[in-house]
Amino acid sequence: MTRELVVEEVGPQALVVDRGRPGWAHIGVPPAGALDGPAHALAQRLVGNPPEAAGLEILLGGLALRVTGAATLALTGPPGGLRVRRAGAPERVAASHQAVHVAAGDVVVVPAPATGLRGYLAVGGGVAVAAVLGSRSADTLSGLGPAPLEVGTRLPVGPPTAIPPHGTGAVGVSVAPDAVRVRLHLGPRADWIDDAADRLRTGTWTVAPTGDRVGVRLEGPALERADARRGEELRSEGLVGGAVQVPPDGQPVVFLADHPTTGGYPVVGVVDPAELAAFAQLRPGSSVRFSPVATPPPA
Amino acid sequence: MDVVPAGPEALLIDLDGLDEVAAVGAALRDALDRGELPGVVDVVPAARTVLVTAPGARDSLRAVRTLLEHVDPTAVPDRDAAGTVELPVVYDGEDLELVARDAGWSTDDVVAAHTGAELTVAFGGFAPGFAYLSGLPEALRQPRLDTPRPRIPAGSVGVAGEFGGVYPRTSPGGWRLIGRLTDDAPVLFDPDRDPPALLVPGTTVRFRDAGRP
Repeated sequence: MTRELVVEEVGPQALVVDRGRPGWAHIGVPPAGALDGPAHALAQRLVGNPPEAAGLEILLGGLALRVTGAATLALTGPPGGLRVRRAGAPERVAASHQAVHVAAGDVVVVPAPATGLRGYLAVGGGVAVAAVLGSRSADTLSGLGPAPLEVGTRLPVGPPTAIPPHGTGAVGVSVAPDAVRVRLHLGPRADWIDDAADRLRTGTWTVAPTGDRVGVRLEGPALERADARRGEELRSEGLVGGAVQVPPDGQPVVFLADHPTTGGYPVVGVVDPAELAAFAQLRPGSSVRFSPVATPPPA
Repeated sequence: MDVVPAGPEALLIDLDGLDEVAAVGAALRDALDRGELPGVVDVVPAARTVLVTAPGARDSLRAVRTLLEHVDPTAVPDRDAAGTVELPVVYDGEDLELVARDAGWSTDDVVAAHTGAELTVAFGGFAPGFAYLSGLPEALRQPRLDTPRPRIPAGSVGVAGEFGGVYPRTSPGGWRLIGRLTDDAPVLFDPDRDPPALLVPGTTVRFRDAGRP
């Protein structure tokens, strides 16, 4: 019989995620996928899954899952731990960032992390919901993929793989500092913003409370239109993850995995892909600074 | 044609109009389909640009630049290959009177102009299966609503600026709505179908008046 994860409690948001469904932007399909990609990949490795396996992305904990068969789990992301409840036994606490074995009937609880926002839970065999356009990821913008987890949701688990867990590698606990400085590749529309490089280098922004998987809004010094572009309307153009878009109010938005495929406000720069995962964990009120760099064309 | 980086793993190609977008977009999509651009993941045509992405494979963008040196943006893409789709519409949209007034026409004139036009899918975006249709009669090229509607029913047929379009699913939006597809109209987006989007760049689209409700 197929093993299942049965949702008994759910916090602010819990979603099935994998590496997403890139390649369909031309028909309006967002890339989706785990926001903290390295943490998700590490969780899969810890339980012996292939990298394309699906797991769960859990915003601020609050999730309790009953497992219907013996399973191996691992929680990654910010440091923390799992609680395992078993009838007739004291509650067990298991550290994050390691494989945890549970028995049929055990209830696994993911508490809210002390720092950061999003934990990643992998199960050996992977979450085996049906793939849509090659991915099992939920997509909060388009609604493609599995619905957000609710109490009573039953998630099928795939057969265990023969892959041995392959260690923690170089990637560890997701760092969720109160302040970050990220590399920002200027363009493609930096010339639409007045004195873009200098303003971006010297300003400090605060993560607004309205952030979600589509994007994180930053509050701080307004990025104003360059005089030469004032009143001009940009026609919608393709967007990449990490694009920093500047709407008319000058408060930048950093686009994350569920971003629309096109947008009509100028993109002043793009966060370096290696540093974008930090935005999965930045709590509202965290401060963000940029190190703007010009992007050289490939040699 | 102007090529600018969009971060270290993507290029944005600035072009002069929808025809150039169609030519460059088709050349890149064809090369991608032929396996000539390994590492390239997305080719995203828009109103005046084509975005090319190569996540984790930034060196692949060199091949894109080389290919672009040999693309003629004024070449006319083969429209026939993409086929023709006819979409039946009930013209009872909430903004039909507004569109007629701004066009200086009767509502019947709007229906006649809309059904008489041969539209072409310029590009996709906004939502899965949404297609921006070019070739709208001049009088129907009207601005977006000042305040977007929070909820537009699936199948709504609208106009905005130089484009026509049909909402594949219920979503917010600011287009002026002139009608809605009939229940038996072809499905615009089905992730289990190949290809999932009915309207792909180059597809010819004609609207048919399906009568009043």
